[in-house]
Amino acid sequence: MLEQYIQDRLQHKELLLMTHIVLGYPSYDKSMYLVESMVEAGVDLMELQIPFSEPMADGPVILKANAEALKAGATLEKSLEMAEKITANFDIPFLFMTYYNILFKHGVSDFVSKMHDIGIKGAIIPDLPPEEASEYLQAMQQHKLDPVHIFTPNSSLERKQELNKHTSGFMYTVARKGVTGKDTQFGDELGDYLVECRQATDLPLALGFGVKSKADFDFIRGKADVAIIGSEAIRVMEDQGVEAVGPFIHSIIN
Amino acid sequence: MKNRGYFNQFGGAFIPEILVPTFDQLEAAYLEAKSDPAFWQEYVNLMSTYSCRATPITYAENLTQHLGGAQIYIKREDLNHTGAHKANNVMGQGLLTKRMGKRRVIAETGAGQHGVATATMAAKFGFDCTIYMGAVDVARQRPNVFWMEQMGATVVPVEDGSATLKDAINEAFRDWVTNMDDTHYALGTACGPYPFPEMVAWFQSIIGIEAREQMLSQQGRLPDRVYACVGGGSNAMGLFSGFLDDKEVELVGVEAGGRGKGMGEHAARLAYDDATVGVAQGYKTYFLQNPNGQMMDTHSVSAGLDYVGVSPILANYHDTGQVRFEAATDDEVVAAMQLTVQKEGLIPALESSHAFAQAFKEAPNMGKDEIILINQSGRADKDIFTVADAIDDPKWREFIITKADQYRARAATEGGVK
Repeated sequence: MLEQYIQDRLQHKELLLMTHIVLGYPSYDKSMYLVESMVEAGVDLMELQIPFSEPMADGPVILKANAEALKAGATLEKSLEMAEKITANFDIPFLFMTYYNILFKHGVSDFVSKMHDIGIKGAIIPDLPPEEASEYLQAMQQHKLDPVHIFTPNSSLERKQELNKHTSGFMYTVARKGVTGKDTQFGDELGDYLVECRQATDLPLALGFGVKSKADFDFIRGKADVAIIGSEAIRVMEDQGVEAVGPFIHSIIN
Repeated sequence: MKNRGYFNQFGGAFIPEILVPTFDQLEAAYLEAKSDPAFWQEYVNLMSTYSCRATPITYAENLTQHLGGAQIYIKREDLNHTGAHKANNVMGQGLLTKRMGKRRVIAETGAGQHGVATATMAAKFGFDCTIYMGAVDVARQRPNVFWMEQMGATVVPVEDGSATLKDAINEAFRDWVTNMDDTHYALGTACGPYPFPEMVAWFQSIIGIEAREQMLSQQGRLPDRVYACVGGGSNAMGLFSGFLDDKEVELVGVEAGGRGKGMGEHAARLAYDDATVGVAQGYKTYFLQNPNGQMMDTHSVSAGLDYVGVSPILANYHDTGQVRFEAATDDEVVAAMQLTVQKEGLIPALESSHAFAQAFKEAPNMGKDEIILINQSGRADKDIFTVADAIDDPKWREFIITKADQYRARAATEGGVK
């Protein structure tokens, strides 16, 4: 399971890196290329986002990536096929990130069963609070997959403890309010918040939202266990081409 | 939250984690207000002094004679300040915003009616205000954008997705997840995550409460059928809620039939068979979506009904059979509006004209002793460009050309706009 994998890796390095791509953006071939270059550059885990037409929690960069992927013909079937190829070819854990309607329309239990069959290890569903998630949580547990939930700067201790009950693998902590891809202040306040998060869970902490540079990565070291880069990698790809993504990741880790 | 807001399988609160405390606060404020009779009294006082409540019911004698069947009565929500039922919900949420101590309101808008109502409320209560509006709607509803801006609101055109109402809702949520501390999202219809559907329906129930009393006191009996258009469903919920316990009253919701059946041609989630149950925009209901769960484009002559989802409360009434759902096509709607203008001198909004169109189809087949009540949810002044296009009025075209020439001439002398 993911928690053990993360703990093992943390024996060798202080901070892991999780990256994110939108499947089918700009194309499925390019998705495969991006995964390959990210894995080669040394990422430890990856989120594969299945595109949705209404990505409510995402900012402009990932919103556009979702829309373009769908415009270019992305479907759930193709995304599952691509994910299966990815997990077969690369030796790091992959999670799905998507919105609940993708699971709901397919059938939640069957979707989770498919995740298991194609080698996906966990999932992040940002519009599915545990209160609405009984079928999903049960299926995830049955298949020994990790449902990852989200701590936010607005979450009370009580809420964090409640989320912790329903989470395995690691806890996704968002660095600030707002949507993905906007700037974050990496300072004392964030450090204090991560200490609070630590007190609410024994799971590894992954920190995301606004992580975009080596300086951010270095700031997070010692405070969280995994740094998450999402929008910034897409931005690099859009500005400098897919070939630039591997070197960008490499420059952050090293 | 104490409750999840389910109506059988519909509703719920599928919200991003960051908003959980915000919804806790909203639910608490809503439940407290609902159990406080002084709040409802304050609300009714506000609506009777700032808006035009109680709105009257008008007997449409000429339409009744023309159609030769049931007697037609019209509930006049168009007489609200800002010209639509939207004011009811907005002023109620404004009072709640004050109670929660917030200083800024945001809203989505389709036709612009809810945006104008929210901008008006913000001006009255001294709130900052940002309105999200699909770029397509900004283009087709300029008069409303003009008034929102005059009232001090910032109008943000949303270019994402289909650039209509659902995309404006997504964008308003993106603002809210950032600014929830001082900002209330005044969602405009009986949709979205709990508590919005039942909270909006509660504010709008003032329509049905009044209508039932008025029918009883003025006609001595309840109507046989009541008609309301259904976009998100708030005016329909408002009128219907007065008659839910009256088994003898048939409730008819009328959706946007657009260009007719077939995905992409309409916005009829319940009357046609194209919609399926899904979860988006924070709630579970019937959505016009593909088998993968991707939302599809919708079409309607009226921006206010052009929406992929529908109130979870109405979705439930659809399944239980408590409300009958029909759809009226764009052509039927424009014709119904013209007939109403000509026969009664009333100007129903294109949205409201859907309810009129369906009522006009049914009235001739009903007995002269039967009574129908139509909700005129808004007035059509804002639709003048769309209506003039739809009926292709040559004098209007000439007016616009002349006006455009004047603006161009002025721009040329000022060296401004090319």
